[in-house]
Amino acid sequence: MSNTPPVAGPYSHSVNSISRTMFLLMAALLPATLFGIYQFGWPALFIWLLAVASAVVAEAFCLHLAGKPQRPFLSDGSALVTGWLLAATLPPWAPWWIAVTGSVFAIVVGKHIFGGLGQNLFNPAMAARVMLLISFPLQMTTWVDPRPFLSAGAVDFVTALSITFGDGFQIDAMSSASLMGHVKTELDRSLPLGEIMAESYHPWSLVSGTMAGSLAETSALLILLGGIGLILLRVISWTIPLAMLATLALLAVGFNLLDPDRYAGPIFHLFSGATVLGAFFIATDPVTSPSTVRGQLLFGAGCGLLVFVIRTWAGYPEGMAFAVLLMNAVTPLIDHYIRPRIMGRTRRGDPLAYPPA
Amino acid sequence: MFNLFNRHKNGIRLHRVRGSVHPDPRKQATAAQAIQQMEPPALLRIPLQQHIGAPATPIVRRGDRVLKGQVIGVSQGPVSAPVHASSSGTIKAIGKYHAPHPSGLPVLTITLEVDGQEQWGELAGCDDPFNLEPDQIGELIAAAGIVGMGGATFPSAVKLGLRNRYPLHTLIVNGAECEPFLTCDDRLMRERAADIVDGIRIAMHGLQVETALVAIEKNKPEALAAMITASAIDPRIRVIPVPVRYPMGSEKHLVLALTGRETPARALTAEMGFLGHNVATLYAIQRAVRHGEPLMSRVVTVSGGAIRNPANLEVPIGSPVKQLLEFCGGLRDTRSRLLAGGPMMGQPLPTDKAPVVKGSSGILALTEAEMARKPTMPCIRCGKCVEACPCGLLPLQMAAHARAGDLQGAADLGLTDCVSCGACSYVCPAHIPLVQYFNYAKGALTEEQRSKHRQEETRRLIAAREARMEKLAAAKREAMARRKAEIAAKKAADQARQRQHQQSGDVTDKQQVTAEQAESEDVVSQQVGT
Repeated sequence: MSNTPPVAGPYSHSVNSISRTMFLLMAALLPATLFGIYQFGWPALFIWLLAVASAVVAEAFCLHLAGKPQRPFLSDGSALVTGWLLAATLPPWAPWWIAVTGSVFAIVVGKHIFGGLGQNLFNPAMAARVMLLISFPLQMTTWVDPRPFLSAGAVDFVTALSITFGDGFQIDAMSSASLMGHVKTELDRSLPLGEIMAESYHPWSLVSGTMAGSLAETSALLILLGGIGLILLRVISWTIPLAMLATLALLAVGFNLLDPDRYAGPIFHLFSGATVLGAFFIATDPVTSPSTVRGQLLFGAGCGLLVFVIRTWAGYPEGMAFAVLLMNAVTPLIDHYIRPRIMGRTRRGDPLAYPPA
Repeated sequence: MFNLFNRHKNGIRLHRVRGSVHPDPRKQATAAQAIQQMEPPALLRIPLQQHIGAPATPIVRRGDRVLKGQVIGVSQGPVSAPVHASSSGTIKAIGKYHAPHPSGLPVLTITLEVDGQEQWGELAGCDDPFNLEPDQIGELIAAAGIVGMGGATFPSAVKLGLRNRYPLHTLIVNGAECEPFLTCDDRLMRERAADIVDGIRIAMHGLQVETALVAIEKNKPEALAAMITASAIDPRIRVIPVPVRYPMGSEKHLVLALTGRETPARALTAEMGFLGHNVATLYAIQRAVRHGEPLMSRVVTVSGGAIRNPANLEVPIGSPVKQLLEFCGGLRDTRSRLLAGGPMMGQPLPTDKAPVVKGSSGILALTEAEMARKPTMPCIRCGKCVEACPCGLLPLQMAAHARAGDLQGAADLGLTDCVSCGACSYVCPAHIPLVQYFNYAKGALTEEQRSKHRQEETRRLIAAREARMEKLAAAKREAMARRKAEIAAKKAADQARQRQHQQSGDVTDKQQVTAEQAESEDVVSQQVGT
């Protein structure tokens, strides 16, 4: 029997821990990532490895500077998740320095400048993505069509090395537009949506992910599977994804009915770009989202609204990262004003009247 | 979250209570173990404070021989309870001894050397308690030293007396036993259901209420069946299965789940007409009223991964924990933690020398694996604690304020509404000892308020004294001024007279006046000086 030093109760604990949360998150990301790597070949694997590795190295460096213990913070998996999420949203054939700069920015500026784990205001991966998008628009919007391993168009290992680490690839020869980018460009040319869609819109390839896009964003189905798994395991809650997807879908339906030639329908909005990844893996980041159910619903709805607004009327084809960052900024406000009702008190905090009116 | 509204066959609809958690019940080790009697050890250590309120005062002396059930400490003040000898024997000492309290501070304890004869004192049972006046029931319960045996240890007689203050209508019988590991109430209900039901009826008579709701968690089907059968004699008693959630046994939450009535903040459930008693307390009430037996033994669950043979023991109050552990085959893991109560709200025992007291529902020896402790990490704001809190609080924000020393900020977020159930700490993925922060902050806040109150009181007294002094001084000044005015008037009158006399050429009169004047000035200066 050893009762010294005394420890605080309770003397029982759920299996939950930060590292469990993070590793389950990565497990849920794995299918979509593997599919992305399979589709886009060796360069995608390089980008993923580079992003994850540089995130961990940057984390170790920052912990060293801050004088924090390395072991518990490196083993919690949070840096791995940040690097992984960033990689998931990068063009798979991006040059190596995109992944490295992005990851280092995410960890150093996005996370540790605010004080490290749990202290950051903005989602580090999305902060890094936005920085990259604004600073390197060409590299960040250059896509390739899927070239699965063992297929005719697949690149071999050496070519892949030159794509990632060399001068890049012949943009004109191999590049392709993402569906969102294509729709945006064509709409700007005042073509009716029906005409644009007729040539490029294949709902099944959108859902399964056999098309040009970010590393692990293309397969809405696999991401959805991972996301639902996370909800069932109670790693994330259903509130933010549901509120976000529902808001986005409702807006899409409404505007699509209003003018089908200018506004894309709900299937397009829900399954293209970063929608599913954002709803289940990015907006649900606990650190940067509200901690109450009603706050999370509001946060999710805000994200959905902003995504729609940015996609429809702003200059960028995709608005997930911007939407999440903007809502991150109002999270402290939401948490300040939206609180659960305390038992025995009214919403305003006064004791309930007795007998209840 | 009690997800759906559960409809019970009695027609009772359970109401939703927010939050709460579902810890692994771990009751299987002792649930099938019948209550075993443990003989009194050679020495009993009976603390004089085993309840909330003022400690009892010893009325025996060293060397006195006492009988089983004899009063050895009498209650002091309105909230207190007497203590009784749990066996017959000789008083060996009255002094400070290890208490089952995490502080490790000793408390005044009577040491009784047991003679093994188990010689009872005189017991005055009552064949028909329902003919007694309600207040007489209260007196019997008070004399028996019965306190809340679920762990709160509030004197039961004081609780019974609440009927004079509030219009009570329902007795809530708490057989939820939501703490993991504990099975003492479960076994008591299975084995002594008839006595408990009798105790419920006696308490209902004592409270003059017409309804009793018995809440038992669904993971105790045998106890439920036994209590339903036993309560068939009285249609006013309803046994209701409740979901297996922690903290189901919290009085306010139980009332809410059973009746949908939410107790206002800072109020008692009694103000809404509900009074709660634990099943073990009701059993003790039955023993006391029917048989005249004071509270001097209780059922204790001895369990945990480090206990060789976990058991439910009926032990005399004052038995050292060590004796219970030995009865159960000792510890198999020396690094285990010893607790009094359940793992959620129980307290660490500073030593196994500490005795079993009236509120000891369990003695647990938990292994490291069972406690699942991990190093504390920073808060990642996941909100699991918000989800788990049965009181609708924001534990993560309260802890941040408490940690920064901002007690007022924590209080503004509802610190005083926290029931310290520990559900937040239980679910926290960062293993932050949230409930410890809250208990600390509550203590510090109370201390702050107390010292503030003291300061205000001192300030008020000083101000009152100053006002009093000022009033006195003003009265003196006034008296002096009056006096001076009188003297001046007199002087003026004298001078006028003198002038008249001068005209007549009398000198002796003038000397006399001067002497008189000097005398009166002396009196004035004396008055001022006092």
